[in-house]
Amino acid sequence: VAEVPVLNTRKCDGCGLCVGVCHLNALAIADNIVTIVETVECDWCADCEAVCPTGAISCPFEIILQEP
Amino acid sequence: MAVQLELLKRIPYFSDLDLAELESIRKLIFEKTADRAEMISLEGEPADDLYFVASGVVKVFKTSAEGKEQILSILRPGESFNDVPIFDGGPNPVSVQAMGPVLLYQIKRNDMGAVLRNHPQVALNVIKVLATRVRDLVSLVENLSFRHVISRVARILLEHIGGETDRKPRLTQQEMAAMAGTVREVVGRSLKALEEEGAIKLDRHRIIITDKGALMKIMEVSS
Repeated sequence: VAEVPVLNTRKCDGCGLCVGVCHLNALAIADNIVTIVETVECDWCADCEAVCPTGAISCPFEIILQEP
Repeated sequence: MAVQLELLKRIPYFSDLDLAELESIRKLIFEKTADRAEMISLEGEPADDLYFVASGVVKVFKTSAEGKEQILSILRPGESFNDVPIFDGGPNPVSVQAMGPVLLYQIKRNDMGAVLRNHPQVALNVIKVLATRVRDLVSLVENLSFRHVISRVARILLEHIGGETDRKPRLTQQEMAAMAGTVREVVGRSLKALEEEGAIKLDRHRIIITDKGALMKIMEVSS
């Protein structure tokens, strides 16, 4: 399953700033709420998280240790 | 498209003005658009226009001699840039780049001077906006004691290593910033620095610790 940013639709005010900054066009606003339209390509640049004024999008990292 | 009065009203510089005042200011403002990644202002260059973000987002940053970028702020609709060179006449201290398609409102330096002389409320608003910006920059300066932050970020990564049997909560850059007592922009730079030092690898949603020993050494630098 492709990893995608975590959306908290309760916090989303539909401003659409995230849609504008996503360089993979993976986000859209539908019914005034952010939604993910393309899930395969997300490269975790986290620009959407950085510009969201309400904290509705987050890009959490899994921290793992590489086996020697 | 004509400059929208509704958008103008939301710009802090023009708050608490009546409609007649806004109308007179609107006549001095032009629209400008920029595409994603387009540079709008360049550090060190002179500037003749003040800009307001009408829609979209821009980033304000400085670039070091080695080409490293430090984001100072992300500007959303209503916020302005080029204020410093417009008001003090010197070169631009920062660069500004569109993070996506943006619509900007642009006013010439001389016209802004006339607005300040004719509308004292705008002058008061400008003082308030610039004072808030000084407060934000002082906070960023405090956070940029960079070597300390990088060791704190290293510690956070080591404390949150997850595995098949020991699942740890995932962390956003914002959460790491809160834990390290810094801001998101500084965490982003710290992660890049740790990657350059070969201690970690950023792989989409994963931070892979590739050299635990190196990360521990960085952590042990006084934090």
